[in-house]
Amino acid sequence: MNSVEGLVNQIQGLSTTASDVLSLQNLLKQADDSLHAESTRLLPFLDQLDPSKHSLGYLYFLEACTAGPVTKEQAGSYVLMIARFITSCIAEQIRLAPDKFITVCKRFKDQVLLLEEPLRGVAPMLTAIRKLQSSSEHLTALHPEFLLLCLLSRCYKAGLSILEEDVFEVDQPRDLFLFCYYGGMISIGKKWFRKALELLHNVVTAPMSTINAIAVEAFKKYILVSLIHHGQSPTNLPKYASSVAQRNLKNLCQPYIELANSYSNGKIADIETYVEANKDKFESDNNLGLVKQAVSSMYKRNIQRLTQTYLTLSLQDIANRVQLNSPKEAEMHVLQMIKDGEIYATINQKDGMVRFLEDPEQYKTCEMIEHIDSSIQRLMTLSKKLNGLDELMSCDPLYLLKAGRERQRFDFDDFDNVPQRFNI
Amino acid sequence: MDGEDGAPKSLMEEMYANGIEGVDDAPSSSTSTTIRKNRPIISGEQLDIEAYAALYSGRTKIMRLIFLADHCDNSGMQLEALRMAYDELKKGENTQLFREVVQKIDGRLGPNYSTDATWCAMVDRKADQRKDKLESELNAYRTNLIKESIRMGYNDFGDFYYAHGALGDAFKSYVRTRDYCTTSKHIIQMCLSAILVSIEMGQFAHVTSYVSKAEQTPEALDPPSIAKLRCAAGLAHLEAKKYKLAARKFLEVGPELGNSYSEVIAPQDVATYGGLCALASFDRTELKNKVIDNINFRNFLELVPEVRELINDFYSSHYASCLEYLGNLKSNLMLDIHIHDHVETLYDQIRSRALIQYTHPFVSVDMRMMADAFKTSVAGLEKELESLITDNQIQARIDSHNKILYARHADQRNATFQRVLQTGNEFDWDVRAMLLRANLLKHEYNLRASRKI
Repeated sequence: MNSVEGLVNQIQGLSTTASDVLSLQNLLKQADDSLHAESTRLLPFLDQLDPSKHSLGYLYFLEACTAGPVTKEQAGSYVLMIARFITSCIAEQIRLAPDKFITVCKRFKDQVLLLEEPLRGVAPMLTAIRKLQSSSEHLTALHPEFLLLCLLSRCYKAGLSILEEDVFEVDQPRDLFLFCYYGGMISIGKKWFRKALELLHNVVTAPMSTINAIAVEAFKKYILVSLIHHGQSPTNLPKYASSVAQRNLKNLCQPYIELANSYSNGKIADIETYVEANKDKFESDNNLGLVKQAVSSMYKRNIQRLTQTYLTLSLQDIANRVQLNSPKEAEMHVLQMIKDGEIYATINQKDGMVRFLEDPEQYKTCEMIEHIDSSIQRLMTLSKKLNGLDELMSCDPLYLLKAGRERQRFDFDDFDNVPQRFNI
Repeated sequence: MDGEDGAPKSLMEEMYANGIEGVDDAPSSSTSTTIRKNRPIISGEQLDIEAYAALYSGRTKIMRLIFLADHCDNSGMQLEALRMAYDELKKGENTQLFREVVQKIDGRLGPNYSTDATWCAMVDRKADQRKDKLESELNAYRTNLIKESIRMGYNDFGDFYYAHGALGDAFKSYVRTRDYCTTSKHIIQMCLSAILVSIEMGQFAHVTSYVSKAEQTPEALDPPSIAKLRCAAGLAHLEAKKYKLAARKFLEVGPELGNSYSEVIAPQDVATYGGLCALASFDRTELKNKVIDNINFRNFLELVPEVRELINDFYSSHYASCLEYLGNLKSNLMLDIHIHDHVETLYDQIRSRALIQYTHPFVSVDMRMMADAFKTSVAGLEKELESLITDNQIQARIDSHNKILYARHADQRNATFQRVLQTGNEFDWDVRAMLLRANLLKHEYNLRASRKI
């Protein structure tokens, strides 16, 4: 008990300046085991510490407290405590002990799920991410947890801000896989199919040494979203996908590949029978809704193709060509597509004719110029970033070592040895 | 027309009727001497078998007659063809084919045209004797190592096998003479024989290689041989479905061909194949330069005036009559051994070209008038146009309500803007994904490196 009290005093004393905090960290690291031993009795001491000033110490105590198994009642109080801590803690202090912070937040998520109130966890988790991240391009282990909470609570919009950021730094590949997979699911939920395609594409083509289940599930969704958004499925993974993925993904997702093949044949009846036949498989993967969306996108695809060939077409003809049941259905489909902005047309109900128009965009408005300008700016920044990375890489000693050994030698100077050994 | 004649006309009558027509229609041509040569043989009327067969000689005559018999519906024509095949075979030494033809005849032509076992046995015996003689001679020559005689020996073997229908052995023997050829004339002779056997066997890959081999010795080639080689090359391309190349080759055949290549092809065939392939694959400038203004080819076209007419009609945009000529020719073309399986494709290509050419100069086209011009219904025309538009061969859009076809020219400026924005997006996506992957790879590499240390 004494040691714990002494620790509390030291925390209170040493939490003001940065150097003090560092020495405090060493102390805490040494005392960690003893804290864990006393985990059940630490709760009252927490009241003596102020999370907004003594964040690091509070963190250690909190982590030791929540280490053991938690009952539902305890979970309620813990959830409140952790939420308050997250909102009020100091970012610099907790960045000194990121693992502990991550563990605490993960336990927070578990408890929130135990209480079956994922919505309570969404906002605190978002704050936690912002405090843990070193920059907005940094992917922490908390990102996927946050997205999971968003998914479970159907709070998709909250996930939006996180998804719109570009991610360039990753701690753990597994985090990335989960993040992109959950992100893809959220995007599908909000019908941002382009974003979903991007995220799922990242999972599927990420470098991996062995195939993992996340990639397999992501690939299934990738095929379906690709059918909805582009009207064609990816026949082959791009060359930069890992060889493991290229070999195995197709075999593991056979029913989806066949669905994609029958989609490309263009016959609605075939694809519907196929879906009926394999309903259970799709359902067990929780993809049945997406599959149905893919099938209905086929009608859209066919109608879009008609706009390329015809100037005017009767509703009856449209219904026949697209294999719909009646002109009324055709009218509804066309109307929906006009509303969604997928085609430009006018419906003449008196004659039962649809007149297809050209895209009215003339690329002459101010908004368009601004759009183009901002795209150019964005791409220039990206290009600079790429160049920066390239320069950094070309100064890297390991790279120089490898490249130096295999370079061509045209000059006397080229025969100098690239330094073979470095004391890193 | 086909199918109208129930009973077979007597041969004399047919010849007579065709002959008179031939005299009337044939343009004054100084090259031909008999009426028979001027007669339009490949025409819209029912094929005159005797005249047709007279164009060819050797094995191809028999094969063509057999093909005719297999593929025509008219039993009168069938029996006529088989009878002529039988007579021709009796003059030769191919007992295998003889037996086949007799089986096909099946006794329908009377006792004169049944299995003549004595003749078969005699021919086979003579064949064995000749073979032994040739073999002993060849062995003698081989021991003497006289190149010329060995070459002649293998050549004789090749001729022998060819006459007896053993085409594979014939080919091998001819190819063997290659090692003993001393002058370029020998090489040409070997190539021509190999080409002949390959065409009979249907292996057109060999034909192409031997044609190029023969063309590599230009000093020994006389004009008839050059013409023969071009015909053979054209046939090879036709079989390979390379219609443009086939057309070019056939159009280069000079008038020196005459009847010198009757073991393979007749000048009427050169005109027909060349004309149809050119129509299906050439654009207007090439058609005008190489076919219509081609003096040499004009001589060939005179032999098949219907083909000449249809090419002229196509060029002057009289599509209805052009397609009518094509329709008439179709039944006879289906009886020709080289072109029968290409007729459908060629016809489709010619029709598509006609449709595209019709719509090309106009901003808007009334589909009803177009349907009349092409002798089809508006609905059928709409379907054809739709498939052409989807294949991007016609740039137009159909106004289905008023049945008008409007030409549509892509707006370059808008298209460029669209492409620019799209490329920008793709670049964005690719680079971001790449940076992410690079980071992952670096992470993995660091992991591995740290494990090693």
